[in-house]
Amino acid sequence: MAWQQPMDGSHASGSKVAAADGPGTQRTQYPYVTGTSVIALKYKDGVIMACDTGASYGSTLRYKSVERIKAVGKHSLIGASGEFSDFQEILRYLDELTLSDHMWDDGNSLGPKEVHSYLTRVMYNRRNKFDPLWNSLVLGGVKKGPKGEEKYLGMVNMIGTHFEENHIATGFGNHLAIPILRAEWCEDMTFEEAVKLVEKCLLVLLYRDRSSINKFQIAKITTEGATIYPPYSLKTHWGFAAFENPSKGAVGSW
Amino acid sequence: MGRFDPYENNGGTCVAIAGTDYCVVAADTRLSVGYSILTRDHSKIAHLADKCVLASSGFQGDVKALQKNLSAKELVYEHNHNKKMSCPAMAQLLSNTLYYKRFFPYYAFNVLGGLDSQGKGCVFTYDAVGSYERTGYSAQGTGAALMMPVLDNQLKSPSPLLLPARDAVTPLSESDAVDLVKDVFASATERDIYTGDKVEIVVINRSGSHRECIELRKD
Repeated sequence: MAWQQPMDGSHASGSKVAAADGPGTQRTQYPYVTGTSVIALKYKDGVIMACDTGASYGSTLRYKSVERIKAVGKHSLIGASGEFSDFQEILRYLDELTLSDHMWDDGNSLGPKEVHSYLTRVMYNRRNKFDPLWNSLVLGGVKKGPKGEEKYLGMVNMIGTHFEENHIATGFGNHLAIPILRAEWCEDMTFEEAVKLVEKCLLVLLYRDRSSINKFQIAKITTEGATIYPPYSLKTHWGFAAFENPSKGAVGSW
Repeated sequence: MGRFDPYENNGGTCVAIAGTDYCVVAADTRLSVGYSILTRDHSKIAHLADKCVLASSGFQGDVKALQKNLSAKELVYEHNHNKKMSCPAMAQLLSNTLYYKRFFPYYAFNVLGGLDSQGKGCVFTYDAVGSYERTGYSAQGTGAALMMPVLDNQLKSPSPLLLPARDAVTPLSESDAVDLVKDVFASATERDIYTGDKVEIVVINRSGSHRECIELRKD
Protein backbone atom coordinates (compact mmCIF):
# COMPACT_ATOMS: atom_id res chain seq x y z
CA MET A 1 0.00 0.00 0.00
CA ALA A 2 1.44 3.30 -1.06
CA TRP A 3 0.93 5.17 2.18
CA GLN A 4 2.10 2.61 4.77
CA GLN A 5 4.05 4.79 7.13
CA PRO A 6 6.23 3.47 9.98
CA MET A 7 4.06 2.88 13.00
CA ASP A 8 6.42 4.08 15.71
CA GLY A 9 6.21 7.47 17.29
CA SER A 10 9.85 8.44 17.28
CA HIS A 11 9.47 10.77 14.29
CA ALA A 12 13.14 10.28 13.58
CA SER A 13 12.85 7.58 10.92
CA GLY A 14 13.40 8.37 7.27
CA SER A 15 10.53 10.28 5.73
CA LYS A 16 9.09 9.10 2.43
CA VAL A 17 7.68 12.52 1.65
CA ALA A 18 9.96 14.68 -0.46
CA ALA A 19 10.01 18.30 0.70
CA ALA A 20 11.77 20.77 -1.54
CA ASP A 21 13.80 23.27 0.46
CA GLY A 22 14.52 26.63 -1.10
CA PRO A 23 18.15 27.66 -1.50
CA GLY A 24 19.65 28.92 1.76
CA THR A 25 16.72 27.67 3.86
CA GLN A 26 16.88 25.00 6.50
CA ARG A 27 14.27 22.98 8.30
CA THR A 28 14.42 21.51 11.77
CA GLN A 29 16.17 18.16 11.50
CA TYR A 30 16.69 17.14 15.12
CA PRO A 31 16.53 18.66 18.60
CA TYR A 32 19.64 19.93 20.42
CA VAL A 33 18.90 20.98 24.01
CA THR A 34 16.14 18.78 25.34
CA GLY A 35 14.07 18.35 28.48
CA THR A 36 12.79 14.94 29.48
CA SER A 37 9.42 13.79 30.82
CA VAL A 38 6.61 15.93 32.22
CA ILE A 39 3.84 14.31 34.24
CA ALA A 40 0.50 15.78 35.26
CA LEU A 41 -2.77 14.69 36.80
CA LYS A 42 -6.12 16.12 37.84
CA TYR A 43 -6.90 16.22 41.54
CA LYS A 44 -9.66 17.63 43.74
CA ASP A 45 -8.80 21.34 43.49
CA GLY A 46 -7.32 21.41 40.01
CA VAL A 47 -4.31 20.06 38.18
CA ILE A 48 -0.85 19.17 39.42
CA MET A 49 2.15 19.08 37.09
CA ALA A 50 5.76 18.06 37.71
CA CYS A 51 9.05 17.60 35.90
CA ASP A 52 12.78 17.76 36.55
CA THR A 53 14.80 20.90 36.02
CA GLY A 54 17.39 19.47 33.66
CA ALA A 55 18.08 20.14 29.99
CA SER A 56 20.46 17.84 28.12
CA TYR A 57 22.64 18.52 25.09
CA GLY A 58 22.70 15.04 23.62
CA SER A 59 24.24 12.89 26.33
CA THR A 60 25.68 15.86 28.27
CA LEU A 61 23.66 17.26 31.15
CA ARG A 62 24.12 20.89 30.10
CA TYR A 63 21.65 22.86 32.20
CA LYS A 64 20.55 21.85 35.67
CA SER A 65 18.16 24.63 36.71
CA VAL A 66 15.71 25.02 33.92
CA GLU A 67 12.00 25.72 34.47
CA ARG A 68 9.98 23.57 32.13
CA ILE A 69 6.61 24.44 33.63
CA LYS A 70 5.17 27.93 33.29
CA ALA A 71 1.87 29.65 34.04
CA VAL A 72 -0.25 30.81 31.10
CA GLY A 73 -2.82 33.49 31.75
CA LYS A 74 -4.81 33.12 34.97
CA HIS A 75 -6.14 29.62 34.44
CA SER A 76 -3.47 27.37 32.98
CA LEU A 77 -0.07 25.73 33.29
CA ILE A 78 2.08 24.57 30.40
CA GLY A 79 4.81 21.96 30.71
CA ALA A 80 7.13 20.98 27.87
CA SER A 81 9.56 18.22 27.03
CA GLY A 82 11.76 18.22 23.95
CA GLU A 83 13.71 21.10 22.42
CA PHE A 84 14.00 23.84 25.03
CA SER A 85 14.46 26.74 22.61
CA ASP A 86 11.20 25.76 20.88
CA PHE A 87 9.51 25.88 24.28
CA GLN A 88 10.83 29.41 24.78
CA GLU A 89 9.42 30.31 21.35
CA ILE A 90 6.03 28.84 22.33
CA LEU A 91 6.07 30.92 25.53
CA ARG A 92 6.59 34.03 23.36
CA TYR A 93 3.58 33.04 21.20
CA LEU A 94 1.52 32.51 24.34
CA ASP A 95 2.58 35.92 25.69
CA GLU A 96 1.34 37.55 22.48
CA LEU A 97 -1.88 35.54 22.69
CA THR A 98 -2.62 36.38 26.32
CA LEU A 99 -1.68 40.03 25.78
CA SER A 100 -4.01 40.55 22.83
CA ASP A 101 -6.73 38.68 24.69
CA HIS A 102 -6.21 40.98 27.69
CA MET A 103 -6.32 44.08 25.48
CA TRP A 104 -9.90 43.25 24.43
CA ASP A 105 -10.70 44.21 28.01
CA ASP A 106 -14.00 42.37 27.81
CA GLY A 107 -13.86 40.48 31.08
CA ASN A 108 -13.10 37.23 29.27
CA SER A 109 -9.89 35.33 29.73
CA LEU A 110 -8.41 32.36 27.91
CA GLY A 111 -8.99 29.07 29.67
CA PRO A 112 -6.93 25.86 29.35
CA LYS A 113 -9.20 24.42 26.65
CA GLU A 114 -8.68 27.48 24.46
CA VAL A 115 -4.91 27.51 24.99
CA HIS A 116 -4.71 23.79 24.21
CA SER A 117 -6.69 24.31 21.03
CA TYR A 118 -4.42 27.21 20.01
CA LEU A 119 -1.26 25.19 20.67
CA THR A 120 -2.64 22.23 18.72
CA ARG A 121 -3.18 24.42 15.67
CA VAL A 122 0.31 25.97 16.03
CA MET A 123 2.02 22.57 16.31
CA TYR A 124 0.03 21.07 13.44
CA ASN A 125 0.65 24.02 11.15
CA ARG A 126 4.38 23.95 11.83
CA ARG A 127 4.37 20.21 11.05
CA ASN A 128 2.63 20.98 7.75
CA LYS A 129 5.53 23.30 6.85
CA PHE A 130 8.05 20.56 7.73
CA ASP A 131 9.49 22.88 10.39
CA PRO A 132 8.15 21.45 13.65
CA LEU A 133 8.42 22.82 17.14
CA TRP A 134 10.12 19.78 18.60
CA ASN A 135 8.11 19.50 21.84
CA SER A 136 5.50 17.49 23.64
CA LEU A 137 3.36 19.99 25.51
CA VAL A 138 1.16 19.37 28.55
CA LEU A 139 -1.61 21.85 29.17
CA GLY A 140 -3.54 21.85 32.44
CA GLY A 141 -5.90 24.24 34.17
CA VAL A 142 -9.19 25.07 35.83
CA LYS A 143 -11.82 27.47 34.62
CA LYS A 144 -15.43 28.13 35.40
CA GLY A 145 -17.67 26.66 32.71
CA PRO A 146 -21.38 25.96 32.29
CA LYS A 147 -21.11 23.01 34.70
CA GLY A 148 -19.15 24.88 37.37
CA GLU A 149 -15.37 24.73 37.90
CA GLU A 150 -14.09 22.55 35.08
CA LYS A 151 -10.66 20.95 35.36
CA TYR A 152 -8.85 20.36 32.08
CA LEU A 153 -5.72 18.42 31.20
CA GLY A 154 -4.45 17.71 27.71
CA MET A 155 -1.38 17.05 25.65
CA VAL A 156 -0.18 17.92 22.16
CA ASN A 157 2.93 16.55 20.47
CA MET A 158 5.20 17.91 17.76
CA ILE A 159 3.11 16.70 14.83
CA GLY A 160 -0.22 17.80 16.26
CA THR A 161 -1.56 14.63 17.87
CA HIS A 162 -3.63 15.84 20.83
CA PHE A 163 -5.99 14.47 23.44
CA GLU A 164 -7.47 15.07 26.88
CA GLU A 165 -7.10 12.76 29.85
CA ASN A 166 -7.14 12.60 33.63
CA HIS A 167 -3.40 11.98 33.70
CA ILE A 168 -0.68 12.78 31.17
CA ALA A 169 3.00 11.96 30.78
CA THR A 170 5.41 12.80 27.97
CA GLY A 171 8.52 11.05 26.71
CA PHE A 172 9.71 8.27 28.98
CA GLY A 173 6.89 9.07 31.34
CA ASN A 174 4.54 7.50 28.79
CA HIS A 175 6.20 4.14 29.36
CA LEU A 176 7.17 4.37 33.04
CA ALA A 177 4.72 6.74 34.74
CA ILE A 178 1.42 6.11 32.90
CA PRO A 179 1.09 2.49 34.11
CA ILE A 180 1.42 3.73 37.72
CA LEU A 181 -1.04 6.56 37.13
CA ARG A 182 -3.56 4.27 35.47
CA ALA A 183 -3.43 1.89 38.42
CA GLU A 184 -3.43 4.42 41.26
CA TRP A 185 -5.16 7.59 40.07
CA CYS A 186 -8.67 8.22 41.30
CA GLU A 187 -11.15 11.05 41.12
CA ASP A 188 -10.82 13.94 43.64
CA MET A 189 -7.49 13.12 45.26
CA THR A 190 -6.29 15.58 47.90
CA PHE A 191 -3.22 17.66 47.18
CA GLU A 192 -1.08 15.51 49.50
CA GLU A 193 -2.24 12.28 47.85
CA ALA A 194 -1.60 13.77 44.41
CA VAL A 195 1.92 14.85 45.37
CA LYS A 196 2.67 11.38 46.75
CA LEU A 197 1.55 9.77 43.51
CA VAL A 198 3.52 12.26 41.41
CA GLU A 199 6.65 11.65 43.51
CA LYS A 200 6.27 7.90 43.07
CA CYS A 201 6.33 8.42 39.28
CA LEU A 202 9.20 10.93 39.42
CA LEU A 203 11.26 8.45 41.44
CA VAL A 204 10.77 5.67 38.88
CA LEU A 205 11.78 8.09 36.13
CA LEU A 206 14.84 9.15 38.11
CA TYR A 207 16.00 5.56 38.47
CA ARG A 208 15.27 4.48 34.95
CA ASP A 209 15.47 7.52 32.63
CA ARG A 210 19.08 8.28 31.81
CA SER A 211 18.37 11.94 31.05
CA SER A 212 16.51 12.75 34.28
CA ILE A 213 18.14 14.48 37.24
CA ASN A 214 17.36 14.57 40.96
CA LYS A 215 15.97 18.08 41.06
CA PHE A 216 12.24 18.51 40.53
CA GLN A 217 9.59 21.16 40.44
CA ILE A 218 5.98 20.59 41.24
CA ALA A 219 3.35 23.08 40.11
CA LYS A 220 -0.35 23.28 40.74
CA ILE A 221 -3.18 25.25 39.22
CA THR A 222 -6.43 25.86 41.08
CA THR A 223 -9.17 28.47 41.02
CA GLU A 224 -6.86 30.63 43.14
CA GLY A 225 -4.22 30.65 40.40
CA ALA A 226 -0.94 28.97 39.54
CA THR A 227 1.75 28.04 42.08
CA ILE A 228 5.15 26.76 41.01
CA TYR A 229 6.98 25.39 44.04
CA PRO A 230 10.75 25.81 44.49
CA PRO A 231 12.91 22.89 43.29
CA TYR A 232 13.68 19.99 45.62
CA SER A 233 15.20 16.49 45.52
CA LEU A 234 13.88 13.03 46.22
CA LYS A 235 15.54 10.45 48.41
CA THR A 236 16.97 7.56 46.44
CA HIS A 237 18.17 4.21 47.64
CA TRP A 238 21.39 2.74 46.27
CA GLY A 239 22.33 0.49 49.21
CA PHE A 240 22.10 -2.81 47.39
CA ALA A 241 24.64 -5.54 48.09
CA ALA A 242 25.48 -5.86 44.41
CA PHE A 243 26.55 -2.21 44.30
CA GLU A 244 28.89 -2.50 47.31
CA ASN A 245 31.73 -4.27 45.54
CA PRO A 246 30.73 -4.50 41.89
CA SER A 247 33.74 -6.45 40.69
CA LYS A 248 33.44 -9.14 43.38
CA GLY A 249 32.78 -12.46 41.70
CA ALA A 250 33.91 -11.20 38.29
CA VAL A 251 35.95 -13.89 36.51
CA GLY A 252 39.27 -12.57 35.17
CA SER A 253 39.71 -9.26 33.38
CA TRP A 254 37.33 -10.16 30.58
CA MET B 1 18.93 10.88 13.82
CA GLY B 2 17.33 10.97 10.37
CA ARG B 3 14.70 13.29 9.00
CA PHE B 4 11.56 14.17 10.85
CA ASP B 5 8.52 12.09 9.86
CA PRO B 6 5.35 14.17 9.64
CA TYR B 7 3.07 11.15 9.99
CA GLU B 8 2.30 8.61 12.68
CA ASN B 9 -0.43 5.99 12.76
CA ASN B 10 -2.64 6.35 15.80
CA GLY B 11 -4.53 3.18 14.87
CA GLY B 12 -8.18 2.27 15.27
CA THR B 13 -10.95 0.94 13.08
CA CYS B 14 -14.12 2.47 11.62
CA VAL B 15 -17.17 0.69 10.24
CA ALA B 16 -20.45 1.73 8.64
CA ILE B 17 -23.45 -0.30 7.52
CA ALA B 18 -26.36 1.07 5.46
CA GLY B 19 -29.91 -0.19 5.94
CA THR B 20 -33.16 0.57 4.12
CA ASP B 21 -34.01 3.51 6.40
CA TYR B 22 -31.06 3.76 8.82
CA CYS B 23 -27.29 3.87 8.88
CA VAL B 24 -24.93 2.56 11.58
CA VAL B 25 -21.52 4.23 11.93
CA ALA B 26 -19.08 2.94 14.54
CA ALA B 27 -15.45 3.42 15.57
CA ASP B 28 -13.32 2.30 18.49
CA THR B 29 -12.02 4.89 20.95
CA ARG B 30 -8.40 3.85 21.40
CA LEU B 31 -5.63 6.30 20.52
CA SER B 32 -2.23 4.61 20.19
CA VAL B 33 1.30 5.50 19.22
CA GLY B 34 3.85 2.80 18.59
CA TYR B 35 3.23 0.15 21.25
CA SER B 36 1.74 2.63 23.75
CA ILE B 37 -1.86 3.58 24.37
CA LEU B 38 -2.24 7.35 24.73
CA THR B 39 -5.86 7.29 25.78
CA ARG B 40 -8.74 4.80 25.86
CA ASP B 41 -11.46 7.37 25.38
CA HIS B 42 -10.96 9.37 22.18
CA SER B 43 -13.77 9.72 19.65
CA LYS B 44 -13.04 9.25 15.94
CA ILE B 45 -16.55 10.23 14.94
CA ALA B 46 -17.66 13.66 13.69
CA HIS B 47 -21.27 14.69 13.18
CA LEU B 48 -20.96 16.81 10.07
CA ALA B 49 -24.69 17.29 9.40
CA ASP B 50 -27.80 15.91 11.07
CA LYS B 51 -28.04 12.98 8.64
CA CYS B 52 -24.35 12.65 7.90
CA VAL B 53 -21.64 11.19 10.15
CA LEU B 54 -17.94 10.71 9.42
CA ALA B 55 -15.69 8.16 11.09
CA SER B 56 -11.95 8.40 10.38
CA SER B 57 -8.88 6.54 11.55
CA GLY B 58 -5.19 7.01 10.78
CA PHE B 59 -3.06 9.94 11.90
CA GLN B 60 -5.11 11.79 14.49
CA GLY B 61 -3.63 15.25 13.75
CA ASP B 62 -4.81 14.94 10.13
CA VAL B 63 -8.14 13.32 11.13
CA LYS B 64 -9.04 16.20 13.45
CA ALA B 65 -7.89 18.83 10.94
CA LEU B 66 -9.90 17.12 8.17
CA GLN B 67 -13.05 16.84 10.30
CA LYS B 68 -12.71 20.49 11.37
CA ASN B 69 -12.20 21.54 7.74
CA LEU B 70 -15.32 19.69 6.59
CA SER B 71 -17.38 21.04 9.48
CA ALA B 72 -16.42 24.58 8.51
CA LYS B 73 -17.23 23.98 4.83
CA GLU B 74 -20.60 22.51 5.80
CA LEU B 75 -21.41 25.65 7.75
CA VAL B 76 -20.56 27.83 4.75
CA TYR B 77 -22.81 25.60 2.59
CA GLU B 78 -25.64 26.08 5.09
CA HIS B 79 -25.22 29.83 4.95
CA ASN B 80 -25.18 29.83 1.13
CA HIS B 81 -27.95 27.29 0.44
CA ASN B 82 -30.14 27.70 3.52
CA LYS B 83 -30.14 23.96 4.17
CA LYS B 84 -27.85 21.34 5.69
CA MET B 85 -25.59 19.32 3.38
CA SER B 86 -26.95 15.96 2.26
CA CYS B 87 -24.80 12.88 2.70
CA PRO B 88 -24.03 12.43 -1.03
CA ALA B 89 -23.03 16.11 -1.26
CA MET B 90 -20.72 15.73 1.73
CA ALA B 91 -19.31 12.58 0.11
CA GLN B 92 -18.17 14.55 -2.92
CA LEU B 93 -16.83 17.38 -0.73
CA LEU B 94 -14.78 14.93 1.30
CA SER B 95 -13.33 13.40 -1.84
CA ASN B 96 -12.38 16.82 -3.20
CA THR B 97 -10.89 17.91 0.15
CA LEU B 98 -8.73 14.79 0.28
CA TYR B 99 -7.54 15.12 -3.31
CA TYR B 100 -6.68 18.77 -2.72
CA LYS B 101 -3.80 17.46 -0.59
CA ARG B 102 -2.87 14.77 -3.08
CA PHE B 103 0.85 15.57 -2.77
CA PHE B 104 0.95 15.77 1.04
CA PRO B 105 -2.07 13.66 1.96
CA TYR B 106 -4.31 13.65 4.98
CA TYR B 107 -3.33 10.30 6.47
CA ALA B 108 -6.97 9.58 7.25
CA PHE B 109 -8.99 6.51 6.33
CA ASN B 110 -12.60 7.53 6.17
CA VAL B 111 -16.03 6.01 6.22
CA LEU B 112 -18.95 8.38 5.70
CA GLY B 113 -22.44 7.23 6.65
CA GLY B 114 -25.90 8.70 6.72
CA LEU B 115 -29.21 8.97 4.92
CA ASP B 116 -29.47 10.11 1.31
CA SER B 117 -32.10 12.57 0.06
CA GLN B 118 -34.64 9.71 -0.20
CA GLY B 119 -34.10 8.72 3.42
CA LYS B 120 -32.30 5.51 2.46
CA GLY B 121 -29.10 4.48 4.24
CA CYS B 122 -25.84 5.25 2.42
CA VAL B 123 -22.20 4.49 3.14
CA PHE B 124 -19.23 5.97 1.30
CA THR B 125 -15.76 4.53 1.71
CA TYR B 126 -12.50 6.37 0.94
CA ASP B 127 -8.78 5.95 0.61
CA ALA B 128 -6.32 8.58 1.86
CA VAL B 129 -6.32 10.60 -1.36
CA GLY B 130 -10.03 10.81 -2.04
CA SER B 131 -11.01 7.94 -4.29
CA TYR B 132 -14.47 6.88 -3.09
CA GLU B 133 -17.38 4.62 -3.74
CA ARG B 134 -20.93 4.32 -2.46
CA THR B 135 -21.41 0.88 -0.92
CA GLY B 136 -23.77 -0.93 1.42
CA TYR B 137 -21.12 -1.29 4.15
CA SER B 138 -17.41 -0.74 4.75
CA ALA B 139 -14.58 -0.91 7.27
CA GLN B 140 -11.39 1.19 7.29
CA GLY B 141 -8.38 1.32 9.59
CA THR B 142 -6.02 -1.11 11.26
CA GLY B 143 -8.69 -3.75 11.92
CA ALA B 144 -10.44 -3.39 8.56
CA ALA B 145 -8.81 -6.44 7.02
CA LEU B 146 -10.13 -8.50 9.94
CA MET B 147 -13.66 -7.11 9.69
CA MET B 148 -14.41 -6.88 5.95
CA PRO B 149 -14.44 -10.67 5.32
CA VAL B 150 -16.95 -11.12 8.14
CA LEU B 151 -19.11 -8.27 6.88
CA ASP B 152 -18.95 -9.66 3.31
CA ASN B 153 -20.12 -13.04 4.57
CA GLN B 154 -22.92 -11.73 6.80
CA LEU B 155 -24.27 -8.97 4.60
CA LYS B 156 -24.13 -11.07 1.43
CA SER B 157 -22.98 -8.28 -0.85
CA PRO B 158 -24.27 -8.79 -4.42
CA SER B 159 -21.58 -9.06 -7.07
CA PRO B 160 -20.77 -5.71 -8.70
CA LEU B 161 -20.77 -7.56 -12.04
CA LEU B 162 -24.51 -8.26 -11.98
CA LEU B 163 -26.79 -6.51 -14.44
CA PRO B 164 -29.09 -4.79 -13.63
CA ALA B 165 -27.10 -3.50 -10.65
CA ARG B 166 -28.38 -4.85 -7.32
CA ASP B 167 -28.73 -2.73 -4.23
CA ALA B 168 -26.00 -3.39 -1.65
CA VAL B 169 -28.05 -1.95 1.21
CA THR B 170 -28.83 -4.63 3.76
CA PRO B 171 -32.37 -5.79 4.53
CA LEU B 172 -31.30 -6.44 8.15
CA SER B 173 -33.13 -4.65 10.93
CA GLU B 174 -31.44 -1.81 12.81
CA SER B 175 -30.85 -3.89 15.95
CA ASP B 176 -29.43 -6.80 13.93
CA ALA B 177 -27.02 -4.43 12.18
CA VAL B 178 -25.90 -2.97 15.53
CA ASP B 179 -25.37 -6.50 16.88
CA LEU B 180 -23.27 -7.35 13.84
CA VAL B 181 -21.16 -4.23 14.43
CA LYS B 182 -20.61 -5.25 18.05
CA ASP B 183 -19.57 -8.72 16.93
CA VAL B 184 -17.06 -7.54 14.32
CA PHE B 185 -15.49 -5.13 16.79
CA ALA B 186 -15.20 -7.83 19.43
CA SER B 187 -13.51 -10.06 16.84
CA ALA B 188 -11.10 -7.43 15.52
CA THR B 189 -10.18 -6.44 19.11
CA GLU B 190 -8.92 -9.99 19.72
CA ARG B 191 -6.25 -9.84 17.06
CA ASP B 192 -5.57 -6.17 16.24
CA ILE B 193 -3.49 -4.49 18.95
CA TYR B 194 -4.65 -1.04 17.88
CA THR B 195 -8.38 -1.81 18.23
CA GLY B 196 -10.07 -2.08 21.60
CA ASP B 197 -11.11 -0.26 24.82
CA LYS B 198 -14.55 0.96 23.69
CA VAL B 199 -16.64 1.15 20.55
CA GLU B 200 -18.80 4.18 19.91
CA ILE B 201 -21.84 3.26 17.81
CA VAL B 202 -23.96 5.97 16.18
CA VAL B 203 -27.26 5.09 14.50
CA ILE B 204 -28.84 7.61 12.14
CA ASN B 205 -32.45 7.20 11.16
CA ARG B 206 -35.54 9.24 10.35
CA SER B 207 -35.89 10.45 13.93
CA GLY B 208 -32.32 11.70 14.24
CA SER B 209 -29.23 10.07 15.68
CA HIS B 210 -28.60 7.89 18.70
CA ARG B 211 -25.26 7.03 20.29
CA GLU B 212 -24.13 4.17 22.51
CA CYS B 213 -20.74 3.04 23.85
CA ILE B 214 -19.86 -0.62 24.36
CA GLU B 215 -16.85 -1.82 26.34
CA LEU B 216 -14.21 -3.85 24.50
CA ARG B 217 -11.12 -5.73 25.67
CA LYS B 218 -8.52 -3.36 27.00
CA ASP B 219 -5.43 -5.44 26.30
